[in-house]
This record gives sequence, structure tokens and C-alpha cells, in this order.
Amino acid sequence: MLVRAPALLLPPIVFPLFFYMAFAGGLSAVGGLPGFDYYNYDAFQFVFVLLQSAAFGGVFIGFSIGADFDSGFTRRLFLSAGDRSAVLAGFGLAGLVRSVFVWVVVFAIALATGMKIGGNGVDLAGLVALALVVNLAAFLFAVGMMTRLRTLQAAPAMQLPLFMILMTAPIYVPRDLLQGWIATVSQVNPFTAILESGRSLMAGGPFHVLLAFACAAGLAALLSVFAFRGLRKAEAAG
Amino acid sequence: MSASPTTATFPRQARYLAWRSVIRTARQPIIIVPPLVFPLFLLAINASGLGAATDIPGFPTTSYLAFALAFPFMQGAIFSTNTAGTNVSQDIGSGFFNRLSLTPMSGPSLLVGQLTGVLLIGTLQAVAFLAAGLAAGVHIAAGPLGVLVLFALSLLIAAAFGAIGLFAGLRTGSSEAVQGLFPLMFILLFLSSATMPRNLIAHEWYRTVATINPVSYLIEGLRSLIITGWDPEALALGFGTAAAIFAVALAGATLAMRDRMVRT
Repeated sequence: MLVRAPALLLPPIVFPLFFYMAFAGGLSAVGGLPGFDYYNYDAFQFVFVLLQSAAFGGVFIGFSIGADFDSGFTRRLFLSAGDRSAVLAGFGLAGLVRSVFVWVVVFAIALATGMKIGGNGVDLAGLVALALVVNLAAFLFAVGMMTRLRTLQAAPAMQLPLFMILMTAPIYVPRDLLQGWIATVSQVNPFTAILESGRSLMAGGPFHVLLAFACAAGLAALLSVFAFRGLRKAEAAG
Repeated sequence: MSASPTTATFPRQARYLAWRSVIRTARQPIIIVPPLVFPLFLLAINASGLGAATDIPGFPTTSYLAFALAFPFMQGAIFSTNTAGTNVSQDIGSGFFNRLSLTPMSGPSLLVGQLTGVLLIGTLQAVAFLAAGLAAGVHIAAGPLGVLVLFALSLLIAAAFGAIGLFAGLRTGSSEAVQGLFPLMFILLFLSSATMPRNLIAHEWYRTVATINPVSYLIEGLRSLIITGWDPEALALGFGTAAAIFAVALAGATLAMRDRMVRT
């Protein structure tokens, strides 16, 4: 479908690029603040944009599932498939391919516009692996929601919780420089560990990487239960 | 003796449609709540997350909350585009517009009527955002008279963006197309001086984009009343830009409506 309608690829590419431009471009002076100890503000924001696009890439594929429920296509697929989880795995694979394509484009543009990489190949591979696990967790969340609600109109119910989790992490400055309520919330937000670890990999000084993978994989494991229970509910609903 | 609706004058026609627009808006919480809640949520995140930015040498205030308070006003105005455009495209889709075109209803009164609902939401937003800012400790540098000017400018901006929505709705007749404008408007908002004063934007290309982006002047006009006091240049640019957008969008909406009347 993406091959036949490349316009569908446009929003997933444009939005991460836009966020990268808006945050890295508009707020670059923040990188010079006393106590801001990251090596490059562009790279600081790139990691957030990468992980954000991983999360939203997983959720966006939920829109396709919802649209196919609305049209009745998913139900017909369920009737024809021996193992119905394979149908959802197919959606997940499509979402993964689309996300990887988006990351390549955003990464190329970030490099072309002057972003510096502090880490080596292994660090970058770790960062990409982290993004893949985030993508998987977000996809499983979307599946769990869509197999229960079974309509595209439920899209805001998927986006809003994700938006809240992403935006209450240390997006603009490191945690030490956060002020007010967001400093407290970011301490308990699991996405903080993932984001900080991703930034450490980008900088070439891996920090709490196991904790980050544990958070992301733990979320994915919990959400896989949520997704499979949703699938059973969708099957029962007919 | 009062005129019947069919022979009503422009003010009376506009009043009928304005009342319909107000009632229609008030009956749909989904139109009212998101434009109030999302801007306040983003304000809370930005004010807290970027509080340290006030330590940047040359930053114009010691409170990032005060600096960022203009942001929700602009974000709310962007919702006006959606509200006005979606309403008019629904009227086209439901056939209401066709039925109206069979009456002596004048085009301008239809536009004025549709914009009234937008201004109602704009007023609610302005009150809510200002109340939230004051409750959080923001001091309005321009004083009580400045609050009135702030309201006037924010309503003019809401009307300008509402007129853009009317143009899009009348031109396309599709609420999906109007919804598609929302991300574009959001991009305009972020590529402005909304989060950082223009003179402190380090990347030159971004500073250039923010300088040619009219949204920067709207935000700077609003912000000047909150953090600076009376800044005639910022206010003139803010009111001038909003009035220009309003005039151009309204002219476009009028032409689009004339075309649509021909088609129907």
C-alpha cells in the first residue's frame, strides 16, 4: 500500500523532521546554558526525535488497523488466517519498515545540517536497537487499543497517553536543569531512562543502557499481553 | 414593524446566523474543550521544561511562564481555523448551505455569523489562558488596560485564523481538507519566535524563517503586553499582521463563497 501510495509516507517523515528543526533549530541557545553538559544540542534533540518517531511510528500503524476494522477488511482477514496474530504481525512489520525508512531520512538530514555524532558504530547500533524496542512496544499498545475499540475514531485514545509520556520526559534540557512539576514527573517516567540512555549512546558514553532496555522491553512484554488479550476480544466479537 | 427573516437586513441576517453559530458551538463540548486544555497542557510543559532558558544572557524576562503565555493564545487561534472551516464544510455537506442560497441571505452575513462562534471560543480561551497565567503568578506588565488590548489582539488573531478556516472550508467543502490544515498551522507556530526571542535563536536559517513568519509578529505583539509593557512597534506589527491576515483570508472566503453560490 505504501509503495502504491507514497503520499502516506509523507506525514511520518515530515513530522519528525519538523520537530527536529523546531527543537534543534529554535532552541539551540539552550545548549549554551550553564550546567548543560551534553556535547551537541542538535544530537540531544535528534535522539528525542528518533525515539518519538519510533513510538509514533508504532502507534500510527494502529490507525491502519482501525481503518481496516472500519472497512471490514480486518474481519475478512481474520476469517482467512489460520493464526490471526499473523495478521497483526504483518501490520507490525509494515510499521517497522516505515519507521526505519523515516529514521534513515531524518538521520541523513540531521547529518547534512551539521549534527555531530559522539558515539561509535556499536553505540549507534544500540541506539537503533533501543528505538526498535520502543517501536515494538508502541505497536503492541496500538494493537491492544485497536483490537478492543475496533474503529479509527479511537485514534486519540492511542495518541494522548503516548503524547503525555513523551512530553513529560526531559525533552529540552537534561533532567538536572528541569524546574517545577515536570522535574518530579520525569523522575518516575520510564521514558526518561530510555531517552537519557539513548542520548548517552549518541554521545559515546553509554549510561544505564541495561536499565533503558529493561524499561523498553518490560513495557513491550506487558503490552504484548495487552495486545493478545485484545486480539482474543476482537475474535470473540466476530 | 420588524422585517421578516426573508427580507431581513444585513445586521439582522448576521445576528440570526451568529446566534446559530454560538448555539452550535456551545452544544459541542468537543469543539470547546480541546482548544482550552491542549494549549494549557503545552504551556505547563514548556514553562517547566524550559524554565532554565531564562538564564540565557539577554533573555527578556526572569519567568519563562510569562514569556510562554502568548503561546497558548496563538495555539488557540489555530484551533479557530479548524472550528470555522469544519463548521462551514459540514454546512455544505449537510445541504444547509444549499438551502440558505435559495433565500435572500447575503454572503457577508453568513461569514460574519460563522465567525461569531469562533470569537466565542476565542473569548473563552483568552479568559482561561489569562486566568491560568495570573493564577500561576504571571504579572501583566502593561497593566489592566494592557489586558483589554491583549484580549482585543487575541480576538483579532482568532478571527483572522477563523477566516482562513472559512476560506478552506468554502473552497474545498471538505472537513478532512480543513483538518489537513491543522498540522501546517502548527508548523507555522513552531517555526516562529514562540519558544525563543528571535535575537537569541542561534541558528541563522531558523532566525530567518522566524523573521519572515507572520506568526512571530502576532506572538511578539501579545507577548510585549505581558513581559514588556507598552511597546508600540510590537503592537503595531501584531495588530497590523493580524488585520492583514484577516483581510486577505476574508477576501478569499468571500470569493470562495461566491464561486460556491454559483455552483449551487
